[in-house]
Amino acid sequence: MKRLGLIVNPVAGLGGRVGLKGSDGEKVQQRARALGAVAPAPTRAAQALERLRPAAGEFELFTYPMEMGEAVARACGFEPIVIGEIASGKTTAADTQRAAREMMAQGVALLLFAGGDGTARDIYDAVGEGLPVLGIPTGVKMHSAVFGTRPESAGELALLFLREKAGLREAEVMDIDEEALRRGEVRARLYGYLRIPFERPLVQGLKAPSSPGEREAMRAIAADVAEEMEGGVAYILGPGTTTRAIASHLGLPKTLLGVDVIRDREVVALDVNEAHLLCLLEEGPARVIVTPVGGQGYLFGRGNQPISPAVLRRLGRENILVVSTAQKLQALGGRPLLVDTGDSEVDLWLCGYYRVITGYRERTIYRVSC
Amino acid sequence: MRKKPVVYPYIPNSVPEVKEQMLRELGAESMEEFYADIPEALRLKRPLDLPPPLLSEYDLRRHVEGLLQKNRTCQEYLNFLGAGCYQHYVPAVCDEVNARGEFLTAYAGEPYDDHGRFQALFEYTSMMGELLRMDVVNVPTYDGYQAAATALSMAARITRRREIVLPRALSPDKLSKIRDYVKPDLEIALIGYDPETGELDREALRARLSERTAAVYFENPSYFGVVEGHGGEIAAMAHECGALCVVSTDPISLGILTPPADYGADIVCGDIQSLGIHMQYGGGHGGFIATRDEERFVMEYPSRLFGIAPTMVPGEYGFGDVAYERTSFARREEGKEWVGTAAALWGITAGVYLALMGPQGMMKVGETIMARACYAARMLDRLPGVRAPVFRSAHFREFVVDFSGTGKTVSEINQGLLARGIFGGKDLSREFPELGQSALYCVTEVHTQGDILRLVEALKEVLQA
Amino acid sequence: MSEDITRHRYVDGKPRLRRFHQARWDEPILFELSRPGQRGILVPQVEPEIRAEVGDILATLPAGMRRREPPALPELSQPQVVRHYFRLAQETLGTDLNIDVGQGTCTMKYSPKVHEALARSPKVTELHPLQDESTVQGILEILYRFEQIMKEISGMDRFSFQPRAGSAAIYTMASMIRAYHASRGEGEQRDEIITTIFSHPSDAACARTAGFKVITLYPDEDGYPDLEALKAAVSDRTAGLMITNPEDTGIFNPRIAEFVRVVHEAGGLCAYDQANANGTLGVTRAREAGFDMCHFNLHKTFSSPHGCGGPGGGATGVTKELERFLPVPLVSFDGQRYYLDYDRPDSIGKVAPWYGVVPVIVRAYAWAMSLGAEGLREVAEIAVLNNNYLMQKVLQIPGVSAPYAKGKRRIEQVRYSWQALYEETGVHSEEIGLRAADFGVHYWTSHHPWIVPEPCTLEPTESYSKEELDEYAAILAYVAQEAREDPEKLHTAPHNSTIHRIDHSPLDDPARWAMTWRAYRRKVAEAQRPEENAS
Repeated sequence: MKRLGLIVNPVAGLGGRVGLKGSDGEKVQQRARALGAVAPAPTRAAQALERLRPAAGEFELFTYPMEMGEAVARACGFEPIVIGEIASGKTTAADTQRAAREMMAQGVALLLFAGGDGTARDIYDAVGEGLPVLGIPTGVKMHSAVFGTRPESAGELALLFLREKAGLREAEVMDIDEEALRRGEVRARLYGYLRIPFERPLVQGLKAPSSPGEREAMRAIAADVAEEMEGGVAYILGPGTTTRAIASHLGLPKTLLGVDVIRDREVVALDVNEAHLLCLLEEGPARVIVTPVGGQGYLFGRGNQPISPAVLRRLGRENILVVSTAQKLQALGGRPLLVDTGDSEVDLWLCGYYRVITGYRERTIYRVSC
Repeated sequence: MRKKPVVYPYIPNSVPEVKEQMLRELGAESMEEFYADIPEALRLKRPLDLPPPLLSEYDLRRHVEGLLQKNRTCQEYLNFLGAGCYQHYVPAVCDEVNARGEFLTAYAGEPYDDHGRFQALFEYTSMMGELLRMDVVNVPTYDGYQAAATALSMAARITRRREIVLPRALSPDKLSKIRDYVKPDLEIALIGYDPETGELDREALRARLSERTAAVYFENPSYFGVVEGHGGEIAAMAHECGALCVVSTDPISLGILTPPADYGADIVCGDIQSLGIHMQYGGGHGGFIATRDEERFVMEYPSRLFGIAPTMVPGEYGFGDVAYERTSFARREEGKEWVGTAAALWGITAGVYLALMGPQGMMKVGETIMARACYAARMLDRLPGVRAPVFRSAHFREFVVDFSGTGKTVSEINQGLLARGIFGGKDLSREFPELGQSALYCVTEVHTQGDILRLVEALKEVLQA
Repeated sequence: MSEDITRHRYVDGKPRLRRFHQARWDEPILFELSRPGQRGILVPQVEPEIRAEVGDILATLPAGMRRREPPALPELSQPQVVRHYFRLAQETLGTDLNIDVGQGTCTMKYSPKVHEALARSPKVTELHPLQDESTVQGILEILYRFEQIMKEISGMDRFSFQPRAGSAAIYTMASMIRAYHASRGEGEQRDEIITTIFSHPSDAACARTAGFKVITLYPDEDGYPDLEALKAAVSDRTAGLMITNPEDTGIFNPRIAEFVRVVHEAGGLCAYDQANANGTLGVTRAREAGFDMCHFNLHKTFSSPHGCGGPGGGATGVTKELERFLPVPLVSFDGQRYYLDYDRPDSIGKVAPWYGVVPVIVRAYAWAMSLGAEGLREVAEIAVLNNNYLMQKVLQIPGVSAPYAKGKRRIEQVRYSWQALYEETGVHSEEIGLRAADFGVHYWTSHHPWIVPEPCTLEPTESYSKEELDEYAAILAYVAQEAREDPEKLHTAPHNSTIHRIDHSPLDDPARWAMTWRAYRRKVAEAQRPEENAS
């Protein structure tokens, strides 16, 4: 019988309701509680579990004690298998990580967690891409793309996956500087990838075939970019799964989170910093290829350190190539792509319409805003 | 005096009181509000200048039937035309089934509310699968031309090569369609035919094949009605150089002819018009494409593929689209064309035809067609100055008749036949000048011995004149 | 005492929903009904004289070309075939049977039965396309007259009916755009076609097939095609614009003429996909908006029945400048006779055999002739009135919305969103559709990609009465309420349809998918074999 893992981060989302961005750190949590905040994670987890309840007999539910999952599971009518130990009321990121590792060891097919970007990072640190994971959204605005759109849909998707009716794809885990966030600055950096389920539609009565899967779309984009690459030009590849697909298509390595440079189908440098790039721009023509990273559609966040405002200024807008799968653009629900480089002048001239490469010989005109 | 508004039988809410009531419920003064988004400059400021309406059904019918009366049909005239559109017998049951309102007016509902449509089309593809001895058959595309063009595009995508080899013995119309369709991506090489047998010139083919060849395409029976006897060799030659073998055939011949898959064809295509569909002045075509059940083929179909599936209730059949998410393409040549409304009702009709005919019917009709065509050729050959069939091969349904020895042109001859109530075979003299004053004659199971002898007599008169 | 049965059809003065059940015959696959030896129809026999003359004709076939085994077709008697197919017909919910407003973008209007009498007349069915033109003056005249009607409806100068349905027409337009630029020496340079995300997917797919790069525009915040995005998209590589208007959202682009101007200025041509023309007949035309070409779906706007997915017809019109590129032949009139004009050296050639799907054209012609200018205008106005009426009723249902153009009227269809209901109940739009099938109606979500979340696209057309529109809205209202009170009913729908929930998983698995009965039997046998070996 399949095993489903459940981890609830009891403090996730604590700060949001009372206007505190993020909940990392005991101090913030104390302040939040003092302001009367009640953690939303358990409620959200319950909403997700509700969608799994009709199928309770089809899987074993593994969870951590008390407020880290057991309480919610029982409240929803499950009889979970409780593993591990915690000090109630004093749980930390270490507990989340331990829970994730132990559940992976128990062979859970899918790890469902209720939490925010911080919880996602903790789980990533613990298990990486070792097992499929799916987030039940509970915190403030999510930057990581590993969450279901709503708690109910996370529950539904988990059920589909357990019934082998969903595929798996990679989604970004983002590192958000919460201090900066409280100051109103978005410093989002790609942290890693988790494998999450994705669903296909229920009914098939179409007059036209569906869009290609995301993996195929990335392959198509990579083929287009590779074909259009000019000799003698340095191509700076930003982080992301789509840019990684480009490197992969050329048979080249790509650092997971960093910025790499290729020229004439060979690696020039891996994981470069700003200084290195500025040097490079002296040597000859260059273009940068970026893809939106995270759930909010940021093209250039302040986290994109190597591709700094100075680098962008030198490149000029015409040398910025944006690649993205159509699915990523659709997920924005009509919102524009965003830039927040830290330099408002640069932000301004980055804004406008871009010819986003969305497939082989396919472009989508999409708006970038700041 | 205000003209009384017309209440249209096809428009229930054209009753003025109802229209007004609906406008009121919508809080609208007039229909103008609904077109507010359309700028003044784009609005037509006058009524359309069209013929006055024929509001009563009787008047409409009289008008259209009056126009149609000017036509002379192939029931009134004796018809020997083929060349891609064929006069075969259409069983009454075929017309009954495709006149059923449910089938006639259904479209794209789910495999629940439209289960019958899915099953009927699955049964069509299944029966075609048996005729063709192949496991994958598409829901029909527009016609045999499209089927050939798509089959060739599929072959190019699968092999990732850019050259397709076609026979010169091909309908110029079909070649025109293929040329237009593959223009962005593929190059076409044409291979001649053996002047004696009409079969594909295998030596010329051998010389032309290379590692650039994506597909070798031929038709069996050919445009000239010749049964290609060396299909196996041709397929083998294609495979040797890494190309695919694409064969176009007419399913009505497959009761007696070996299905192309059995001699090495990888993709088989053609038109289903012969299977229970009236000629309709060229309005009754549907195209089929069939392959083996291998992923690399299946993923290349732009058409819908209906597969069978279980439902929640044991023993119940359900259907749905196979390989729902076609792979995207990473090269222009891999683009999966498109899917749209095509010829489903004709697919269902062809299924009904095959169900009625069964194996014995298909064998019999094939034999009858071959026998009558052969007989007709022999009778024509006995006319002075006439040579038939031009090619020394077995023929199915069609054959080339050479009138060069008569001193008359096909055009003159056909005019003479027309005056005697006969449509003579298609004039090939412009399309294939090397054949001289030749015509393509078509004889099917609808031509009795009497019909054939009538043709012979008429020709005798015409040639003597 | 007589009972008034009719009063049971009303609850609180309002009609209650039908107690519908679709025909369920549990009908086997045709092959299962086969019995060896049965015949459905007998074939004309070869006369003895012919047989004597030609001998054993099959023996004359080349070696290897004579079929060895008879094809394994089912063997059935004629009444069995009739019963089987009539049962399948009963299990198909054609427009003739249902309030078919749920198949949005398909324009599921009434197909007048008188057209069947005309299209099935031997004076249409028994014509060979190569007959001497003197013998087909009637049908050529109909083709010609219908062309004149289409010219007036669209403002274009010449039409071809050769493309056999809508997408074929769109492809034909793309091919003509290609030919036009090639004729001016700019074929290599101009390799980009622009379209919008709400246009029909074939606008992109057909352009791609014709060799173009495709540039897609997203809408602006209000759901209109984004003019600024278009300006960013055009360049000297622009070959043309292929756009559907009104789009599948039912919104007419008020700046369509500007779109055309921008593309013309960049040197491109503009092709108008008029699949959604039903609401604008006699109101606005391709010509006035500046388009160079357009197409109509004769099986949508022009009433020819959809036939389970064809045959249809794709009427394709162009301006004078582009006439020379139309597929060959065209139907012309020299003052005395109608004829097929093959003298067209610049034509793109053929896109299909012959001249068009003639029975469809006959129906479309009859339809236009039965209505005339005023009637076509009435068609458009009532289609729009019905759509807005239905929209008002549907928007009263809690949980549904009509994104974009808030508060404004629509043309002939609306794309709704059930996102709010989904968030509240966890029920998807597709499931609403499956439950709606329990009341005898169709329902359609949207083309991919789904820009509008949990979409539903409804297009009433002019063919349904006010009461019928009320009934459809009442079904949706009922199902939406059920989503709140008894969501399981929707999660397991349909219940009153022909079959129950399909398990689609085999259809994506190469080891299990089966497109023919023979493939299915083979795979079932293979799957059972290891068990046999084991036992």
